[in-house]
Order: sequence, then structure tokens, then C-alpha cells
Amino acid sequence: MSTTYELTHLQALEAEAVHIFREVVATSPRPVLLFSGGKDSVVMLNLALKAFWPAPLPFPVMHIDTGHNFDEVIEYRDAVVDRLGVRLVVSSVQDDIDSGRVVEESGVGASRNRLQTAALLRGIADHGFGAVFGGARRDEEKARAKERVFSFRDEYGRWDPRNQRPELWNLYNGRHRKGEHIRVFPLSNWTELDIWRYIRDEAIELPSIYYAHRRSVVARDGMLLANTRFLTLSEHEEPVQMRVRFRTVGDATCTGCVESDARTPDEVVDEIAATRVTERGATRADDRISEAGMEDRKKEGYF
Amino acid sequence: MGPLLRIATAGSVDDGKSTLIGRLMYDTKTIFTDQLAALERASSERGEAAPNLALLTDGLRMEREQGITIDVAYRYFATPRRTFIIADTPGHVQYTRNMVTGASTADLALILIDARKGVLEQSRRHAFIASLLGIPHLVVCVNKMDLVDWSKERFDEVREEFRRFSLKLDVQDLSFIPISALHGDNVVGRSAESAWYEGSSLLHHLEEVHVGSDQNLVDARLPVQYVVRPHQDFRGYAGTMAGGVLRPGDEVAVLPSGCTSRIARIWGPGGVPVQDAFPPQTVTVELDDHIDVGRGDLICRPNNRPHVGQDLDATVCWLSDRSTLTPGATYLVKHTSQLVRTSVEHLNYRLDVNTLHRDESAGSLTFNEIGRIRLRTQEPLHYDPYKRNRGTGSFVLVDEVTNNTVGAGMIIGPAAQQPADVVWHAPAVSRDQRATRGCTVWITGLSGAGKSSVAAELERRLVAAGRPAYLLDGDNLRHDLNSDLGFGRADRAENVRRTGAVAKLFADSGAVAIVSLVSPYRQDRDAVRAAHAAAGIDFVEIFLDTPLAVCESRDPKGLYARARAGAIRGFTGIDDAYEAPLDPDLVLRPSDGDPAALASAVLARLDR
Repeated sequence: MSTTYELTHLQALEAEAVHIFREVVATSPRPVLLFSGGKDSVVMLNLALKAFWPAPLPFPVMHIDTGHNFDEVIEYRDAVVDRLGVRLVVSSVQDDIDSGRVVEESGVGASRNRLQTAALLRGIADHGFGAVFGGARRDEEKARAKERVFSFRDEYGRWDPRNQRPELWNLYNGRHRKGEHIRVFPLSNWTELDIWRYIRDEAIELPSIYYAHRRSVVARDGMLLANTRFLTLSEHEEPVQMRVRFRTVGDATCTGCVESDARTPDEVVDEIAATRVTERGATRADDRISEAGMEDRKKEGYF
Repeated sequence: MGPLLRIATAGSVDDGKSTLIGRLMYDTKTIFTDQLAALERASSERGEAAPNLALLTDGLRMEREQGITIDVAYRYFATPRRTFIIADTPGHVQYTRNMVTGASTADLALILIDARKGVLEQSRRHAFIASLLGIPHLVVCVNKMDLVDWSKERFDEVREEFRRFSLKLDVQDLSFIPISALHGDNVVGRSAESAWYEGSSLLHHLEEVHVGSDQNLVDARLPVQYVVRPHQDFRGYAGTMAGGVLRPGDEVAVLPSGCTSRIARIWGPGGVPVQDAFPPQTVTVELDDHIDVGRGDLICRPNNRPHVGQDLDATVCWLSDRSTLTPGATYLVKHTSQLVRTSVEHLNYRLDVNTLHRDESAGSLTFNEIGRIRLRTQEPLHYDPYKRNRGTGSFVLVDEVTNNTVGAGMIIGPAAQQPADVVWHAPAVSRDQRATRGCTVWITGLSGAGKSSVAAELERRLVAAGRPAYLLDGDNLRHDLNSDLGFGRADRAENVRRTGAVAKLFADSGAVAIVSLVSPYRQDRDAVRAAHAAAGIDFVEIFLDTPLAVCESRDPKGLYARARAGAIRGFTGIDDAYEAPLDPDLVLRPSDGDPAALASAVLARLDR
């Protein structure tokens, strides 16, 4: 039998991510993994478990809870945490609203998306986390295409795109002072299609809303928003029943769904391979704020 | 979907690089309709009639506003044959740092040349950096061929000009493709415009180029990144293969200890059994023996080891705009999974990246400058020359105060001997090339202090751990080498000098020379230490501080009794002085434990 000594591209991406997880745990005293129940964070958690096999996950996971969740995702989150025996930390936007640290938007189009930054930074500070794993990918958005795998955050959680540390070979520099932290993106080089192929190949379970189902939706700004108890409808908006699935999962008020018949990972892979619209373009109202929407939020400390 | 190809591109807006990347992404259906719509919207806001493909790659608002690219951007596209990651960097000299960053992980470099302008300074700089960073494949796209009427003569001219320059570089695989990025000629498909061109289109070339054999599959290297130890029955050494192939059953050595063992099992991520571990796989290795292995250690084959040493020469690119590199400065060096402090001993020269001229009068390296330096690290690194292995030959320098990454280094090899140090024939084998690094352990103390017991145990333990060691016992040496010497002050000094010289040779050959000798006079011992220091060999002085009363009560050879009886004259401790070391590297006392415990203390000191 001849051996080619060549990895498939998914194996190469997996190896890169595993290397990153091990590097952080070996050099950073208090890492945490951001876990929303979204597919990227699910794949990330899966990779983290594989990196430390047969040992248990050597760090907790943290959910930034907007309070506007899809019920299926919260059920999924709790089931996964329970099954794997990982420690879950929740930092909640509602707490910030209740204590007056942030003020909630109201009316049609109101969203807690931007308020997540406060809950995220508070969660990091409260627990003294020094390294925070995030599931962001460079193919998602223009500002993210320029972010490092190990991305330095100052004491205010801010990202300074002009002052990023050069990142060469696989030599990552996560050194920081107390109060500062490092965001780490093990999935930087993965695309949406890579994520789905990996989910398919590894038979990774996802929240049910990633697959086609019937639900009540409202068309708004060219997107289909789920008609949940969190959404305020304008008087002209009329919910309709449609067969849809979600390509991303975030705050229920700003995450749109797409019409789809894809009920299995295989069918989703086929659907994405043929699609001509990016996942954030199709489904995220939060990215449509302006051409520099993501860049501005990242500078404030966003995911 | 085939394997991954990592591509580095460099160039400015003028030479059509952004257009080429946009073309590749669009023609492989990677640009989505909403991205295109956003692009058209942004272009029209700027008053441009056609969609400006450059806007796709300029991610940050500042870049869009100023029409420049300031950083490395990563792009992704795929064909049914292969998946591609493009590290897209600006081409101006101010951005050497970004080019080096993008090139560090690339399999292939894409260089664009405007057919009308020919080989510019910038093209030469890109080619030089690609060669410096050891990118195995170089593809030169001669762009805007439509503007020179697809002239074969012009293409040949540019190709010859570039080829002449590239002879000065270390380029393994060089290809030239005539293209028009704007119109898509020879980008994805072959163009009808260039009937004279017999090569493949750019995309076809990228899909076909063979990179599997670019990895070093000869020198097995596994830097230990993390020790996985969930319970008593599992101890796994996790890391990313940096070279060669390892298989279960293979004999291995672990550096820096030199301990040898055998691979019991290899696990992939998630516990998949692995039969052949090769780069860049991430694996967890179990060994047959319970030897002490930690992060920063390196697993290799016993008969194929990297250099181990603290003095090394390297090419470095300075990445910081807030500080300069000057000789004498100290930094942290991050190399594989090692992180150690280092000083910059010497700046040999600064390299002009445009002319390749070496400026030996340079006193410092500033932002974006490249030069050759000599480092002295506080702990030994296990490394290979960068040309032989990018994984074990690369490092970054980190500023200890700001924690910023300030330099990128490529190791040339062990520091060349300075002429002043060569007082005899320069050896063909340097110390760093030997399998192990030796030193001298000098155990001094009164007769009966327990030196021989500790020394014998130390030797046994070192050899058991696979580390060459040899015991030079004072009594034994008096049987041959020193058989002509007595116990007078001058003879004792000569005894110490000869023993010290022999120990130095053993240590130089890579062994741990263990000397067990009363060596009562401070001046003699210090002379041996100085001779070691001059040769750059570690000398560890150990004072076995057993009180005279204890030694005398032991009296293993009956010598104290004879000295007390006056049968021996000038006996150390009785009627001749013992000068205890003023600043020994280690002091051992009987209260510290039995000879085995004392030997452990010495071992712990050696491992520091």
C-alpha cells in the first residue's frame, strides 16, 4: 500500500484548529469557549474535545444570552452541556438591562445584538478569562478577513486593526497583561461549506432549526424573520407559514431564515454549494447596518 | 475536494492583483450575489462606473477611504479539484512585514508583473521574499498582455529578465503565465489570444502543482506542545508533526534530556489510531517508558537529531514600527513549543531587499528591514536550518515589555566560530552537531565525604536515561594518568589540572564528565572552571559538605586513622587545609539524604 502523506483540506483545517486549542491551553491560564449553540460554536466545541482526548475539556464554555433565544437552541445547548459534562457559564444581556448598565432599544426593528458586547466583556472580566475562543471565520465578512487567529484585546476589550500582532508560521503570540485578553479564532480559515462538510462527515448533531421545518415568518428588509414572541410587528406586516431553515443562529430578532427543503447535512451541503448569497448577507440584519458595520462593532469589543 | 493550497500574493493596485483575485473568485463562483451588489453599491458611491474588484479585498474602512491596503487579508475559494487560501498582501516596500507574514505559511507565491513595465524593483523584492521564506513554488503572471497586443516577444523579454534575476535566489520551481486579469485570459481557461503559449491557465496550474513532496518527510520532529494526562494510566505527548514520519514501534529520543524510548501508540484528534504520523498532522504519542517529557521538548529519532544549542545565526525581518533591533537587546524567542529568553549578540549585516546588497556597517534594524544576526539563548533550542525545515527552523521575537511580536527569524545554523576563538584547527564537527551536549560535574569535598558514592549513582542514572556520562574518579586516575604524582601541593595542583583537562575533552565530545576528587585548593578548581568557560563548556561545581567529624567516623579507607597516627603527612582536613568553594553551583549535605537522593539533586541541577 502506498502512502501519499497528504491531508485532505478538512484534515488540514482540523489539524490547524487542534494545534491552536492546545497552544492556548498550554500557555494561557484561564481560557473559555464561546458557545451559542450555533453551528460554528458547535464545530468548535467538537474540535476542542478532540484536541484534548482522552482528557475532558480543560476549560468552561460561556453563552452570551440575549434573552431572545430560539427555544430549540437553548434546549440543544443544555442537552450538549449535560451530555458532555462541560461547565457552562452564562452572561446575560437581561442582567445588564435590569441593572441599568445598558438601555434596550424598542419598537419595530429593535434588537439586543449590540448590547451583547457589554455582556460579553462583563463575562470575561467577572471570570478573569485570559483567552476567549470564538467561532468567527474570515470568509464571513470583510473586517474579519484581516483579523488574526490570536487577536489581542486591550483592557477595554477593544480591537485595534492598525495595531495587530504579526502572525507567522504556526507561532502564535498570546501574551497579555492582566485585564487584557486574547480572542482566539480556531475556525479562521474555514468556510461555511467546510463547516457543513465537517458536520456531515463527523455526524455532528445541531439544533433542529438548521434543517427545513415549517414556521411562521415575516418578510422584512428582504429577509425572512421568525415570528417569535420577541419580535415586534408593524401594522403592515403579516406573518406567513413557510418551509425554512436557518443558516446562522443568533438573536431571534435579527437572524433570518431561508426557504429550504434541506433536511439532512447532505442536503444542506448540496444547497450551500449551489447558493449564490452569503450566509450573513441572507440572514443577518445586524451586518446590514453599514458597510463598516462589523468593523465598528469589533472595535467596541464584539465577537 | 482535494488538498489545501496556500498561496501568497503580493502587488500593488496598479499591477492588477486585486483584479486577478477578484477574477479567480468570480470565475470559480466564490463571489456571491450580495457581495457583488455591495461592491456595485460601494463603487457607484465612489463615482466609479464599473464594479471595482479591488474593493472586495480592501476590508477596513480606512483602506477603502484611502484606497490602500494596509494588512494581510485572507481569501478563500475552491474548485472541485482543490481548496485555496490566498494571503493577499500589499506590495509596497513599507509592507515587507505583511509580505513576510503572508509568505510564512505559503506553498506557492503568485507574483504579478505588468507586461508594459517589465520587472520592477517591486517584482524583485517579492521574488526575494518568497525565496527567503522558502516558498517552494513561484508563479509569475505577466499581466495586461492585452495592452501589449499579446506579444510573444514582450512576454519572452520579461521572462528572461526575471529568470536572470532569479538565478541569485533559491527558487525550486518557477513558472511564467501570460494573462489578462481584466478580461480573464489564461486565468481560468486557456485564451485564444495567446496561441503561441503552450502552458496551462493559471487556475489549472494552481490545481495541478504538486506540493505533497514539499514537506520534509525525512527528519522526524515532534515538538511536544501539551501533555495530556487524564489519569494515571494515560500519558500522551500532544503536538504537531514538524517533519518526517513517526510510527508506533519506532525508537525515539527526547530532547533535551536525550532519553530514548519507543513509541507505543499514536493517536489522531479524538482518539483515532494513527499508523503514519506526518506533517502537519496533530497527534498524541504514548511512549513505552515513563520518562520525563514536557512542553518544549522534542521527540525525534536517536540517529537523526536536530541541532541543540544556544548560539545560532539567523536571518531576521524586523516587524515593529515602535522599536529597533540593536545588538545587546534581549527578547523572548518563540520557537516550536519553546519560549526562552535570548540576547542579540551581533548584527552581521543589513540586507537591501531590492539590490541584495549587504551593509555590514549597519548598527540596527528598523521596521521592515531584514538582516543577519547572531543570537545567544538562555536555554538550548533544538532546531534545524530553516532551509531544511520551516517548522523547526523558524522563530518569532517577542518584546518582553509590550508583549508584541517584533521580529520573524529563519535559522541559518549554529553560530559560526569567531576567528579569535580558533586557537587550533577548527573542528569539522561543531558541538551543536553532536547528539548530546556535555558538561563537567565537579564533586569536591573531604576524603570520606561520599563523593564516589554520589558520583557512581549519578553516572548510573545518566547512562540509564540514555545520556552519555563517564566517571573520572580521583583514586582511579592515580593508577595511570596521574601515577607519577604525589600528594604535595604542586602535585595536587597538577592532578587537578590534568583531571580538569580530561573532563573538558569528555564534555566537549558530548558526555557528562563526572569528577570525584578532593581537589582541596580553591585556586586549582577555579582554574579548571576558567578553562571550561573559555571553551564554552558548562562547569558545575558541587560541594559535598560533610563535616570532618562525620568523614573521620566513616573513614572507609582507614586513612584518617593513619593520618592521626602520623603515618600519612599533609592529609587534607588533618594537617593540610581544605578550601571550601565560595560560590559552588550546588551544596550537598549528608542531612539531604542518601547518595541516591544527593544524585537526584545533582540531576535536578543539571536539568535546569
